[in-house]
Amino acid sequence: MTEEIIIAGFGGQGVLSMGKILAYSGIMQNQEVSWMPSYGPEMRGGTANVTVILSDERISSPYLKLFDTAIILNQQSMDKFENTVKPGGILIYDPNGISVHPVRKDIKIFQVEATKLAAEMGNKKIFNMIILGGFLKEKPIVKLENVIEGLKKSLSERYHFLIPLNEEAINKGMESITPYKMKEKVIE
Amino acid sequence: MSELKLMKGNEALAEAAIRAGADAYFGYPITPQSEVIEYLMTEQPEKRTGMVVLQAESEIAAINMVYGAASTGKKVLTSSSSPGISLKLEGISYLAGAELPAVIVNVVRGGPGLGTIQPSQADYFQSVKGGGHGDYKLYVLAPASVQEMSDFVEDAFDIAFKYRAPVLILSDGLIGQMMEKVQLKDQKPRLTDEQLIEKNGSWAVTGRKNRERNIITSLDLESEKMEKRVHRLMKKYEQMEKEDLRYEKILCDDAEYLIVAYGSSARISQKAVELARKKGIKAGLLRPITLFPYPKQQLLELADQVKGILSVELNAGQMIEDVQLSVQFKVPVEHFGRTGGIIHTPEEVLEALEQKIIK
Repeated sequence: MTEEIIIAGFGGQGVLSMGKILAYSGIMQNQEVSWMPSYGPEMRGGTANVTVILSDERISSPYLKLFDTAIILNQQSMDKFENTVKPGGILIYDPNGISVHPVRKDIKIFQVEATKLAAEMGNKKIFNMIILGGFLKEKPIVKLENVIEGLKKSLSERYHFLIPLNEEAINKGMESITPYKMKEKVIE
Repeated sequence: MSELKLMKGNEALAEAAIRAGADAYFGYPITPQSEVIEYLMTEQPEKRTGMVVLQAESEIAAINMVYGAASTGKKVLTSSSSPGISLKLEGISYLAGAELPAVIVNVVRGGPGLGTIQPSQADYFQSVKGGGHGDYKLYVLAPASVQEMSDFVEDAFDIAFKYRAPVLILSDGLIGQMMEKVQLKDQKPRLTDEQLIEKNGSWAVTGRKNRERNIITSLDLESEKMEKRVHRLMKKYEQMEKEDLRYEKILCDDAEYLIVAYGSSARISQKAVELARKKGIKAGLLRPITLFPYPKQQLLELADQVKGILSVELNAGQMIEDVQLSVQFKVPVEHFGRTGGIIHTPEEVLEALEQKIIK
């Protein structure tokens, strides 16, 4: 099994840390992993993205053009990465702030209302865990228990009290991910 | 068994330096290499092993601190990225001239000039063709994974002390910034003063006690002596070529087309080879792990087997010259690579192979 994922959004949305937790989860189940971030000026307030690969075999290129899954968290990233999903792959996005929705018909598209749900749960920071939950519902490539282990590894110990909240967020994401129904074009 | 961690290439290298029993690190921050010094400052190895970590006032100061510490027989390293390495080159030439063991790490970014902070491999010429002045070479290791960023630190120190010569670890922004699983080696103790005198006392300035003076210098105003020194250096480089060449062959046995690539480009090219094989193209990859010594003979042998060679680097075409010299122009050799901090995709590499070599 090899899963090639791009996660893209604004700096500060937890894009890189979501990738890190996923990578750690892979290690917990003895997989090969790579985590390749965009770094530098684009991270500072602009867009951030990370390529994460989990595989049962040695990973060749950590840098890719096409992905099995794209997790997209802002409009710029939608513009840039919608076309990088392999045919038959999946695209998951938070519709919040998205004005131009995806149009591809050869991939599966899902929405997770993570911004809204995080606000309802009273903690903006768990946004990325809600998204991660949605992803894991559709692509259960890592077991939840390994995600929790991965969280323990990637969070410093003084934040371990937040793990139950993160777990709740992941469950919330799993419950709320929904297939996106494209509107038929109205010909005027 | 040793620990398994998820680390950035730069962090893994820094941790490996502590575990290799290094005595000192002198450096100055620069993207995309800053995690090395950040990690060492956070980790405070002086509490773990007594290793000194110091942020110098400049790259030039750092490399001269390396010269000083190496003169005393200590295990010492420095790291920087391209513009910083340019500043260190005078000191690196002096280290080579004075026959001092030291490890220098270059996490390459795009150039020339201040260039860009994104990954590049445009310092190939600088690394293997001298860089600084005079007749010298560096033993150059090119890691292609976070695991190798970790493993090559100890390997580099071993070579540096085996030959009493500076060793360069040539990485790049991609390998330095990415995270992978890494198996860390067990902690090696630092040498005690007594052990150090026993091991390096024949040449290092350890404080003279009942022996001849050891003099560390790269200056010899007597031409005959200086020529002898140059010959001695050349002998070392010959021995490196005989004993310490490293490379990896991937799917080369039945290859009709060959890609030659090192470091991050080797990883990307390996995927290009996988994609090629899926299309029925018999492609293979030769990955030089050492850039000096270079796998000349291996390439020459492959030249009789393959129809063409693509040299892939994140630059405008540097290693291609060594590939052409190695194969003695027996087969067509072309270069492919993006520059300016853009990373080529495996698909782009495959397309270049098809268009430039297979046709």
